[in-house]
Amino acid sequence: MKRFLIPLGIFVVLVGFLALGLRLNPREVPSPLIDKPAPPFTLPELVDPQRSFSQKDMLGKVWMLNVWASWCVSCREEHPVLVAFSKRNIVPVYGLNYKDDRKDALAWLSKLGNPYTMSIMDRDGRIGIDYGVYGVPETYVIDKQGVIRYKQIGPVTPEVLEAKILPLVKKLQG
Amino acid sequence: MMRYVLFFCAALLAAASLHAKEAVPAADDPVVEKRAVTLEEQLRCLVCQNQTIAESRADLAMDLKKEIREQIKAGKSDEQIKQFLVDRYGDFVLYKPPFKPITALLWGGPFLLLVGGVIGLFVYQRRRRGRVVQASLSDDEQARAEALLQSNEDRA
Repeated sequence: MKRFLIPLGIFVVLVGFLALGLRLNPREVPSPLIDKPAPPFTLPELVDPQRSFSQKDMLGKVWMLNVWASWCVSCREEHPVLVAFSKRNIVPVYGLNYKDDRKDALAWLSKLGNPYTMSIMDRDGRIGIDYGVYGVPETYVIDKQGVIRYKQIGPVTPEVLEAKILPLVKKLQG
Repeated sequence: MMRYVLFFCAALLAAASLHAKEAVPAADDPVVEKRAVTLEEQLRCLVCQNQTIAESRADLAMDLKKEIREQIKAGKSDEQIKQFLVDRYGDFVLYKPPFKPITALLWGGPFLLLVGGVIGLFVYQRRRRGRVVQASLSDDEQARAEALLQSNEDRA
């Protein structure tokens, strides 16, 4: 009996590790940008490209930056959540339209609704690199000092909003 | 029939080329190109995760290839370029992560297993030796065994 105990023990430990591994999402790589100042940018607005917007314009306010694109499938899943959230007027959501065609992006917003206070265009994805974007959609919560406090990789779901983003925003708005 | 098959093959080929993306133009300077490729082979593509940036054809990998070439041309060192990417994507972007408290188990794990194995082997050997000694013959058995051996020799 005793000689079966050791292999059984090893098996149980192995299954434990595998079970843990199955629950983890390998796509969720912790961002080194958390608690760092939001990388600077000045980009043209989507609706009026003559005007530009910089992350500095938001100093003193808590805000969210959502990276989206009309070609991004998960963004479509996320979109209604953001539209509903923006109607609650809790925190301004800005859109970073990532590597997109302006016409497609505008058509997308007019068809599915526009949750964004404003969207800006990162046509060549250069600012996306600075923000460590690798899986659109991604969402950042930025505090009054312009520091990134949270990053969501993949779609924002109602659960994530209620459990993580809203409590954080309330605390930051304090 | 043959014509349909050919048409089908042609359609498949056309579809494949529709999906292919344009490659990043190689840098004119072969030295820059070589350095860029060497660097890219040490960096992980975060979209595909199990490919290096050099191997990947993902959009982001293409952008990063362009970025790396530009930075090399701007005179940045390999270390500076790696740091640039680590600052944005974290240590995960490196195929050879640095030794830190959080990666200690990753680097030390194989050695721990080795030490564990050696200890296990040692313990097993000792126990086995104990068992062999236990199995030694009593005086009575020894005498019988000798008698048997003796009779064998006699017969030979």
